Amino acid sequence: MMSSIVANVVVQGVLTGLVYGLMALGLSVIFGVVRVVNFAHGEFAVIGMYAAFLLFAHYQLDPLIALVPIAIAFFALGYGLQVTLVQRFVGRAEHEQFILLVGLAIIIVNGLLMIFGPDARPANLPYSFDSFMVGSLIIDKARLYAAIAAVVVAVLLFLFFAYSRTGTAIRACADNLTGAAVVGLNIKRLYALTFGLGLACVGAAGSLLVTIADASPSLAPAYTLLAFTIVIIGGLGSMAGALIGGVLIGISEALAGFFISPSMKSMFSFALLIIVLVLRPQGIMGRRA
Amino acid sequence: MSGLWNAMPRHGQALVVVLLAVLLFAPAVADRYVLSVLTLVFYFAYVGQAWNLMMGFAGQLSLGHALYVGLGGYVAALLWLFFGIGPWLGVVPAVLVATAFGVAIGWLGFRFSIEGVYFALLTIAFAEFTRIAFDHIGISGGAGGLFIPFQADRSSEWWNLRGGQVSFYYIALGLAVGAVVLAAALLRSRLGYQWLAVREDPVAAQALGINVFRAKMKAVVISAAMTGVGGVFHAFYYGNLFPAQVFDIARSIEIILGPIVGGLGTVFGPVVGAFLLTPMGEGLIMLTHALGISAPGAKAVFYGLILMVIISLKPTGLWPWLSRMFRLEARKS
Repeated sequence: MMSSIVANVVVQGVLTGLVYGLMALGLSVIFGVVRVVNFAHGEFAVIGMYAAFLLFAHYQLDPLIALVPIAIAFFALGYGLQVTLVQRFVGRAEHEQFILLVGLAIIIVNGLLMIFGPDARPANLPYSFDSFMVGSLIIDKARLYAAIAAVVVAVLLFLFFAYSRTGTAIRACADNLTGAAVVGLNIKRLYALTFGLGLACVGAAGSLLVTIADASPSLAPAYTLLAFTIVIIGGLGSMAGALIGGVLIGISEALAGFFISPSMKSMFSFALLIIVLVLRPQGIMGRRA
Repeated sequence: MSGLWNAMPRHGQALVVVLLAVLLFAPAVADRYVLSVLTLVFYFAYVGQAWNLMMGFAGQLSLGHALYVGLGGYVAALLWLFFGIGPWLGVVPAVLVATAFGVAIGWLGFRFSIEGVYFALLTIAFAEFTRIAFDHIGISGGAGGLFIPFQADRSSEWWNLRGGQVSFYYIALGLAVGAVVLAAALLRSRLGYQWLAVREDPVAAQALGINVFRAKMKAVVISAAMTGVGGVFHAFYYGNLFPAQVFDIARSIEIILGPIVGGLGTVFGPVVGAFLLTPMGEGLIMLTHALGISAPGAKAVFYGLILMVIISLKPTGLWPWLSRMFRLEARKS
């Protein structure tokens, strides 16, 4: 009996973790290429959540479908942000980039607070409480769909980087910036594309998160830290690492929430972060810098 | 300190003396509200200076300074509530606990060469970990908070931080001035020069024979200890402690705003930043009230904008620019 409960908890954790992983993937891609730490990452995720919530509340658009226009809008947002603001900070001192994005994060969180208020907004999907039975496992329908969508988006991104010319060019920038510039790649454009793709990931993840959590401004800093934790555990700049890190954190949070207390679950994520930082700072899948 | 003083031009010295005199006599004329704003200014000048020693001088980015504020505050408050030990004595264990955490973070960070953003994340992780832990520690009130009740019969005990606004005002002023003096002295000490060397180029510093690990550790220890003292002040000034508030990352960011806006790595930067930002934030609150808008996030949005504008246009902060403008910078000795 106990083992089946634990199995259920773990499955929940894996599914949630995959959505977390997609969010972290955006952070990882941006850092891996542009070398700028997006400290407003969770804030963007929460903007995505509100976008999906509004689309559902007003047009009954399922978040799984709303994901597409939201991701496109976020791509444009990221592209514009990189061109107008972040590009000027590329190559500047780490703390200056950090402060720029912390400033942006503060504006987003409090802007959301002013517009939507502090209350959590649940999107009551028609299938929110449906579930599949597989043997003794009970799997939330919404969570399963969200996890599948997250994996689909991640695979698409992976294929883009692996096989498209632009994706290859972006990887070239990440591997050897000088070399990439020498062979005539338009670095600024590629950086803008990358930042756009990173935000598209986080926008997509945001709309999926609506199926798991209720949109609220106070989630934003927590998601930023969560994305960082995942990416550092998985290895900054590693795409597979982000998903693996997401699943690990998802499982650890689910187990800690079940066995100890839901309010203490992120304590274990932070403990895991401290341990990984100390023992293996490059992360599970990362290479030594 | 005397070095900094002597290197200041005459009108700079005059300015400092006049400013200090005005602040010393302000309680005689200013009302409670003005004094409370100034107290906040001094508090942020003080903790900002503490953070500045670590980041501005030694180049170690901490985004978890709320940890030391919270620990210092909780230790002193618990000692007062359970054992009647006054904060003037309780500040010693409070500082020791804050410093112990600083040593742990510094040791882990520097021994395993966790640098830059990774180090900043380590400091956040510690602060968040502690925040959630305090949410679940029953003896300190958990998430429901810890309260230091006001006792009218003890309101003359300023040394126990039980006095009124004026006593807090002078204590905060003393802390802020003390921090400036300490920062000035440190900057011209052997350790100060080591910090600058470590900040600019740790490898070259190591090659010069500087023990980089020890220099960084000293920065963390001094900064954590000073911030812990600030935490004791904060706890007794407000009379309440909530883990979700004192350890919050927003508190850590509040601490670093002043020095960044004022000028990282300068002695007067944190002071300038605090004098600018705190009254501006208060003014904004009054303005939104006057306009009848209830916008709880407005102040923070404004701070965020200030951060982005300053870091885009004047990444070195306002003080270097001000001191050049008014020829306040130290004469070359």
